[in-house]
Amino acid sequence: MPFGNTHNNFKLNYTVDDEFPDLSKHNNHMAKVLTKELYGKMRDKQTPSGYTLDDVIQTGVDNPGHPFIMTVGCVAGDEESYEVFKDLLDPVISDRHGGYKPTDKHKTDLNFENLKGGDDLDPNYVLSSRVRTGRSLKGYTLPPHNSRGERRAIEKLSIEALTSLDGEFKGKYYPLKSMTDAEQEQLINDHFLFDKPVSPLLTCAGMARDWPDGRGIWHNDNKTFLVWVNEEDHLRVISMQKGGNMREVFRRFCVGLQKIEEIFKKHNHGFMWNEHLGYILTCPSNLGTGLRGGVHVKLPKLSTHPKFEEILTRLRLQKRGTGGVDTASVGGVFDISNADRLGSSEVEQVQLVVDGVKLMVEMEKKLEKGEAIDSMIPAQK
Amino acid sequence: MSSSFRRLASSRNTAVLLASLGAGTVAGGLLLNDSSTLAAEARKKLYPPSSDFPDLRKHNNCMASALTPAVYAKLRDKLTPNNWTLDQCIQTGVDNPGHPFIKTVGCVAGDEESYEVFAELFDPIIKDRHNGYDPRTMTHPTDLDASKITNGMFDEKYVLSSRVRTGRSIRGLSLPPACSRAERREVERVAVTALAGLKGDLAGRYYSLGDMTEKEQQQLIDDHFLFDKPVSPLLTCAFMARDWPDARGIWHNNEKTFLIWINEEDHTRVISMEKGGNMKRVFERFCSGLKQVEHLIQERGWEFMWNERLGYILTCPSNLGTGLRAGVHVRLPKLSKDPRFSKILDNLRLQKRGTGGVDTAATGDTFDISNLDRLGKSEVELVQLVVDGVNYLVECEKKLEKGQDIKVPAPIVQFRK
Repeated sequence: MPFGNTHNNFKLNYTVDDEFPDLSKHNNHMAKVLTKELYGKMRDKQTPSGYTLDDVIQTGVDNPGHPFIMTVGCVAGDEESYEVFKDLLDPVISDRHGGYKPTDKHKTDLNFENLKGGDDLDPNYVLSSRVRTGRSLKGYTLPPHNSRGERRAIEKLSIEALTSLDGEFKGKYYPLKSMTDAEQEQLINDHFLFDKPVSPLLTCAGMARDWPDGRGIWHNDNKTFLVWVNEEDHLRVISMQKGGNMREVFRRFCVGLQKIEEIFKKHNHGFMWNEHLGYILTCPSNLGTGLRGGVHVKLPKLSTHPKFEEILTRLRLQKRGTGGVDTASVGGVFDISNADRLGSSEVEQVQLVVDGVKLMVEMEKKLEKGEAIDSMIPAQK
Repeated sequence: MSSSFRRLASSRNTAVLLASLGAGTVAGGLLLNDSSTLAAEARKKLYPPSSDFPDLRKHNNCMASALTPAVYAKLRDKLTPNNWTLDQCIQTGVDNPGHPFIKTVGCVAGDEESYEVFAELFDPIIKDRHNGYDPRTMTHPTDLDASKITNGMFDEKYVLSSRVRTGRSIRGLSLPPACSRAERREVERVAVTALAGLKGDLAGRYYSLGDMTEKEQQQLIDDHFLFDKPVSPLLTCAFMARDWPDARGIWHNNEKTFLIWINEEDHTRVISMEKGGNMKRVFERFCSGLKQVEHLIQERGWEFMWNERLGYILTCPSNLGTGLRAGVHVRLPKLSKDPRFSKILDNLRLQKRGTGGVDTAATGDTFDISNLDRLGKSEVELVQLVVDGVNYLVECEKKLEKGQDIKVPAPIVQFRK
């Protein structure tokens, strides 16, 4: 919550035992890491903007998790959260990001020319291609913590940056609270509209406060470059198009990001980034590149092959339904994207998607012809 | 353990005194350390109240009607002794614009002092919600002497069940929107310890929400006693579902006629109920139970939040005063179809709900009929009002059965001046 440390100093009058949450039935990264000792060590700390340990973990306390799906269970309220609460967040980051160490460095590479291939994915199988990431603006607190004043300032600055774009990036901003019915209908049909979060993972972290104040959607006239303002992160940036030309999607992604970053920098609100954690975002799961590059691809035969999951794991890819996270696939069409975010660069992650999807389409074609694919199964990447 | 809370309670009493003198920020400043005060000062300059004022143009709730930019500017940077802020009070009203027909309250108290520190917002809301009651000039009567009730036995051909509920808060501990886990657990400890001291027809046991067995849970569901994690955004946006189900539970006596909810929307909700129409006995048990619980907590140095301007202090301003809802499930097949039904209820200061409680529709011809008012009239007055009103409704029903005509009663006077 904005302004003031919300109760924290008053709570220090009570013992650690009295305040420590009951995590006995919990299954999330936060619950696995947070011991009473750790809680006791960090509970009197706060970031300069007043974010506290209890703020960080509230979503994980309120959402015990699922026996099969391991959620993160904690969020950052500002850039400094990752420093002040590193004794909790470093182990959480390590668990979530394949053993990433507090001393590791993250590589950022948004030079699309370094991508090999990616323009020839078979459109008979690959229906659409998409790359998304998030960006946070330095000097503002993050969605779980920011006040209405800050959120509006973020929106104002974002509108200024985005509406100054031209050429292929010329577009328009639609504020959530004042769009017309016709505009809303169109954004729904384009699959661009985002709604007030209903997931308790987000609502318990305070991210839906004051909805829809300060939230909106910007997209270019071509409908291939889209920015969400003040949803789960300050900005979510999405490049997409029908078909299999991931190379072009990634080019537009990189160029667009670079252009808007320059504008924010001029206003002294460049993107939050450091060489250990890469781009700083609200959820620790999105640190590093914050990038999810993926395709909607038809794999009816491969998806029923007993080795499908193993192939995905080896390719460092994950599958989702075509509705996005936590949905099921429809008609053998899957959303296939990179599993990693931290510890490899944007180019590396998109390369994995491009190479992996190409291989899986070859496998699908082989299975169509009734041939075996065992020899094609790759080694672990 | 409780001694540290008692020390806190006495320092809180000082803080309450200071707060009531308008020294909210001074009392709050005692607890903040220097560096956070500096950071907070810097941010206040960067974001003046005008930049933070919520957009309430599409809103229809009591908070939105009362909150002006001037009031917001004056109160935004104030803190209760508990570090609770105005923004936290109003968050639920900002997040829930309301309904064109139903005017919700749109703000909650985080502690007893909220009603003082943010009086400039709460006072007009209280006036709006409670028929013009002015906390600055009026006093609220408390009367829990059930022997005063007359004609409190209904015709059981029509009245199927009788129920009285209220809430009570433990002074010195923050309310559900604001409380820390430790405070919530202390509320549970204080309440459960006191309830364990009840004897005779009030003897019973406690079921902690987190620890109950499947069998116990099923029994509580069958008895219609179990409460669940709130799903209403009115409550979740007011931070009342945090840490669920930690320190939440249900206590009831062995006879299942006296029930306490712990740490749901208030510290405690107290319910007395029975099948049939003996409202007098329901109210007698209600008063006796409340008095005994109060006595048991006082033995350990605790007391209920109460003052003579606002009566019993509860989380939602709509429940101030008595916090009392006395009601019946009553069959009124003919009267409910009469076009004068609503007007009769209005004049009797009664409201109808479906038999599922608030925001449910009636099934068949059975209605939940209860008092509309909470503040400005005593418990005895309100229960008598329900008794007289329901008796009147049943008389109307009987008249209509015989083909006789009924009269709309004169409206009841609002406040004793």
